[in-house]
Amino acid sequence: MRQIEGSQAVAEAVAACRPEVVCAYPITPQTHIVEAIGAMVRTGRLANCEFINVESEFAAMSVAIGASAAGARAYTATASQGLLFMAEAVYNAAGLGLPVVMTLANRAIGAPINIWNDHSDAMAVRDAGWVQLFAEDNQAAADLHVQAFRLAEDLSVPVMVCMDGFVLTHAFEAVEVPTQEQVDSFLPPYEPRQVLDPDDPVSIGAMVGPEAFEEVRYLQHAKLVRALEKIPQVAEEFYHSFGRYAGGLVSPYRTDDAHTVVVAMGSVVGTLKDIADQLRQKGQKVGVLGITTFRPFPAAAVREALWGARVVVVVEKAFSTGFGGVLSTDVATAMGPLRAPIATVVAGLGGRPVNAASLAALIEGSERGSLEKVTFLDLNRPVVDRELERMGARRRSGPSAENMLRDVASQAAAQEG
Amino acid sequence: MPYQRAKFYQVGSFAVGNRLLAPSERTVQSSLARTNSLTSGHRACQGCGEALAARYVLDAAMAATGGKVVVVNATGCLEVFSTPFPETSWRLAWLHSLFGNAPAVASGVAAALKAKGRADVRVVAQGGDGGTVDIGFGTLSGLFERNDDVLYVCYDNQAYMNTGVQRSGSTPPAARTATTEALGPEPGNVFGQGKDLPAIAMAHGIPYVATASVADLHDLEYKVERAMAFRGARYLHVLVPCPLGWKSATAETVRLARLAVESGLFPLLEAEAGEVVAVTPLRHRVGVEEYLRPQGRFAHLFRGAGRPDIVARIQQVADRNIARYGLVQEAGE
Repeated sequence: MRQIEGSQAVAEAVAACRPEVVCAYPITPQTHIVEAIGAMVRTGRLANCEFINVESEFAAMSVAIGASAAGARAYTATASQGLLFMAEAVYNAAGLGLPVVMTLANRAIGAPINIWNDHSDAMAVRDAGWVQLFAEDNQAAADLHVQAFRLAEDLSVPVMVCMDGFVLTHAFEAVEVPTQEQVDSFLPPYEPRQVLDPDDPVSIGAMVGPEAFEEVRYLQHAKLVRALEKIPQVAEEFYHSFGRYAGGLVSPYRTDDAHTVVVAMGSVVGTLKDIADQLRQKGQKVGVLGITTFRPFPAAAVREALWGARVVVVVEKAFSTGFGGVLSTDVATAMGPLRAPIATVVAGLGGRPVNAASLAALIEGSERGSLEKVTFLDLNRPVVDRELERMGARRRSGPSAENMLRDVASQAAAQEG
Repeated sequence: MPYQRAKFYQVGSFAVGNRLLAPSERTVQSSLARTNSLTSGHRACQGCGEALAARYVLDAAMAATGGKVVVVNATGCLEVFSTPFPETSWRLAWLHSLFGNAPAVASGVAAALKAKGRADVRVVAQGGDGGTVDIGFGTLSGLFERNDDVLYVCYDNQAYMNTGVQRSGSTPPAARTATTEALGPEPGNVFGQGKDLPAIAMAHGIPYVATASVADLHDLEYKVERAMAFRGARYLHVLVPCPLGWKSATAETVRLARLAVESGLFPLLEAEAGEVVAVTPLRHRVGVEEYLRPQGRFAHLFRGAGRPDIVARIQQVADRNIARYGLVQEAGE
């Protein structure tokens, strides 16, 4: 166990996986990870690795695509705007079946520009054909990366490890950093399915018309469905090699007899476990279902964990504008015949602290049916209402974000005065 | 000129006369042992300059490296007509990813080869002018700036031909495209726009930059061979007439490519580390009109009374190139 920053722990875990090409473009909050890997390449601690400072995230993913197609183990990291800027290449890596591994240091998407944590970035590419794993804490973040390379190369699909920006990337926690010996015994050298080789030339990335496109897409889907079996197997093997459990599809906490089950992804799961313990002390049967694998979505495992629930609350750090929860929609579909009402709590957008007391109060009331279909946690209602009023009154009501910031500032000043 | 060219003044062309040369001086194309990197059966239009250039360039690269070439291809005509799945016309290792990322993908391939200690395998990236001067420009500049070990080849047909002849940053002034129609007082593409990519490549100070023409096979092959002798980022810009977009006769491709050079509109040059080291002098200089007239994309300059004013402006562009690169050597020089 070492007291270590999340980003450093991830960098060491990735380095232990012996990547051969690492490309880096700076975007907060993933910078510390690639900086640390770059330093390890410089000192020679990470040998046989090309570290490339590229000119954009679009290039970062493209370099990873080229490297992977040429048979190298390729890694990069990004966040937020960077992920959107590389989105075309994100889809392309999946379409080509290249086992690239990428860290996504989850961060909000602008405008308004915001460097802090939420899950909007990951949700924006959920249909790209990548495996998306979410880390609850920094131990999980480090361990998931080791599993990610294994999964990616076994299945020939790219894997994204999502870890909450700042909340995890910049947090110092005690982490059992995967050692070189452990990783070597768990992760064999990369053996590509097809490779650019002048001695055995193939054409990769050909045009596919209507006669076969559906079949190509179906195979991509089938691979991700297979991942639902593979992910628990890899987690099991990881347990045998490392002596600790990490990964898997879902992580249920006190769900067996729970009347209320709260579903969530990422670091907020830890907060929710505390809330569950707290509410159980008051006699309310609350459990938590952490979603580790978001894509492919583990519908059967989710349904099983929610079997006895009377109320399901999904806490999400993202939502589909104009509709509601993203994860909630998947959970509702997965529940199928289960009749428990499901409510969405949107929380922690753009780094807004998830207030445990507010959240606990919402969950406490959920069994009495007090939760609306979609609730925005700790929404500053007066400020929103004033802006809505302004917008209704005048066509040129000005930029909303700036108007509301001014209102929030004057509210704060009034409270002080 | 760092090599002695064979001269065939009697026919006014470098393209013929292989049989008059010693076998070692003949072109790669004339050899039965050429790779045929882009082999027959592809779907390019009749008279496609790009298909011709791609085979010339890659066969020369294969010959120069003992067949150790990996190709990264940008989206565009060349990619579409060569790989209608499950068929492929490529007889070498070939990867297509996206429109704007071929340089970065090539950097990735080069990095992988370096990490694996495969110094024998060389990377060639290629795209059209849209993929090079416009959408792929950022990644290309990144490749140059990092001096990654890649030869990037631009096959420049001066517009987005694959999508139906729209203007690119390489479309010449006055040319008609679907987005610069020959309408109004200033018909066709406007003057004073566009990018001179060879010059931009030179400004990066990369080891080698050259321009080449499908009308001068010996010169083109020499430049590919020369490029493969360097490590680091190299850039080759080949002008490739497009009968579809230029509205020219399919039998005119090579002649138009030659006229582009001889008019001074497309200078042939070589540069090392940012400095021009050689140019191909114009042995037989022609006015731009001779080059423009056979092309339907310039037809509006010659219809009725014509637009001699615009032709004169294009002539000025050619004259500037000739002066800038010293393409016409004075008698006695």
